[in-house]
Amino acid sequence: MAVYLFYFLVFPGLLFAAVTGGLFSWFDRKITAWVQFRKGPPLLQPFYDFFKLLLVKETILPQRGSPMVFLMAPVFAVFGATMSAVFILLPLFNITTGFRGDLLVIFYLLTIPSFSYVLGAVASGNPLAAVGGSREMKLILSYELTFLLVIAGVIGKASQNFDLYSIIQMQQDGGPFIGSISGVLLFIAGIFSLQAKLGLVPFDMAEAETELAEGSFIEYSGPPYALIKLTKYIMLFILPCFLVALLLKGFNLHGINILWAFLKVAGVVLLLTLIRNTNPRIKIRQAISFFMIWMNLIAVVAIVLASFGL
Amino acid sequence: MGFKSFCFKKSLWVFHFGGASCNNCDIEILDCLTPRYDLERFGILLVGSVRHADVLLVNGSINRRDKDRLLEIYNQASKPVLVVAIGACGCTGGIFAEGNTFAGPVDKIIPVDAYIPGCPPKPEAIIAGIMALVKSK
Repeated sequence: MAVYLFYFLVFPGLLFAAVTGGLFSWFDRKITAWVQFRKGPPLLQPFYDFFKLLLVKETILPQRGSPMVFLMAPVFAVFGATMSAVFILLPLFNITTGFRGDLLVIFYLLTIPSFSYVLGAVASGNPLAAVGGSREMKLILSYELTFLLVIAGVIGKASQNFDLYSIIQMQQDGGPFIGSISGVLLFIAGIFSLQAKLGLVPFDMAEAETELAEGSFIEYSGPPYALIKLTKYIMLFILPCFLVALLLKGFNLHGINILWAFLKVAGVVLLLTLIRNTNPRIKIRQAISFFMIWMNLIAVVAIVLASFGL
Repeated sequence: MGFKSFCFKKSLWVFHFGGASCNNCDIEILDCLTPRYDLERFGILLVGSVRHADVLLVNGSINRRDKDRLLEIYNQASKPVLVVAIGACGCTGGIFAEGNTFAGPVDKIIPVDAYIPGCPPKPEAIIAGIMALVKSK
C-alpha cells in the first residue's frame, strides 16, 4: 500500500511530475522570450508563481454559480493529471507493477483535466467563462477523435498490443515507430492534438487573454488557480512523455541514455513552443474543421499505411 | 524576509486600468513589456482578469464615471493587491485637476502604494518605480 502511495505522491506521480513540469514550463517561457528577442524569466519563475498563488493570495468565490463545483474542479484536474502521470511514467521508467499501462485508461484519464476546466468555468457563473467553457467543450469534441485515431494507429503498428510496456519494448527491440511514413504522419497528428490538449496558442481560444480576459479561468484566484497552474505544468511534462513513449521509443535509462531521453522530451516541448510562437489564435470553427477534416484524414491515412506495413 | 513575501515579490502580475487617459501612459506601459525593456525578466506579466492581479496600474485622470468602475475593479481584485498610480493625471490630476468632471486623483478613491509621475513617465521610470515598490515591501 505504502509503495502505491509513494508512486502516486512522490516519484513518478505528483511531486516529480510537478517539479519537472514546472521546469519545462520555464523552458517554454524562456524559448518564447528568445523567439521574441527578450531575456525571459528566471529559472524558478513557475514555482514563484505557484507558491504566490497558493500561499499569499486570497480566494474569491463567485456570488452566483456553484461554489462547491467551482472549488472541486481544480482538485479533479490535478487528480486526473497526476493519475495519468503515474500510468504514463511507470512504464517509461520501466517500474513493474500489476498495471501494464493500458492505453484506453490513460486516454480517459488525460481527458479529465479538460473536462474539469469546463466544469469550473460553467460553475463560476461568469458569462465570459461560459463562452470559454463552451469553446473548450467544442475543442475537446474536435481533437479527441484525432487523438484516439493516433493511439489506434500506434496500436495497429504494435501488432494489436494495448499496453504501454509492450509498445515501448517492441520499439526498443525493433526501431522507433516514427521511422516509417505512417509513423511520421501519426507524429504530425499527435503534435497538433497535444497542442490543443495543452491549450497552447493556435488553439487557446478557450482562455484567450485579450479577447475573453482568460476565458475559462477568469473567476479563479488564489489556491484554486494555483492548482490549475499545477495541472498545466504536469500536463506540459506528461503529454510529450506520452508521445515519446508511443512513437519515439520511450526511455532507456542506462548511463548517458538518460540525457538522450531528456532531450527527446525537451525536443517535443521545443516543437510545441515553436508552433505556439509562430501562429496566431484561430477561431473555434477553424479549429474544428482543422481537426475533423485534415488531422483525421492524416491519421486515417497513417492507419491504412500501417496496415500495409509502411 | 519570509518565503511568502519573497514569492510575492518575484511574481507580480499586473492588471492595467486606464481611466480617461490621453493614451500616452498606456503606450508607455505597453513599452515596458516589449523586447527592449522586457518586464518578464522580473516575473512581471500582464494578465487579462483582475482576479489574478497582484498590481493594479492606474493611469489617466479619473472622472465621475470612472470612479465607480475603479472602485468595483479594486474590490474584485484578490487581496493583497498593490496599486500604482502612473502619470501626472493618476498622481495628482495634472491639467484636469480643476476640471468639472474630475473625481479626484487615484489616492482619493483607493489606497495607493506607489506614485510614478511624468507626462508620460518613461518606461525606465515605470520599471524603477515598480522595483522601488518591490524593495520597500
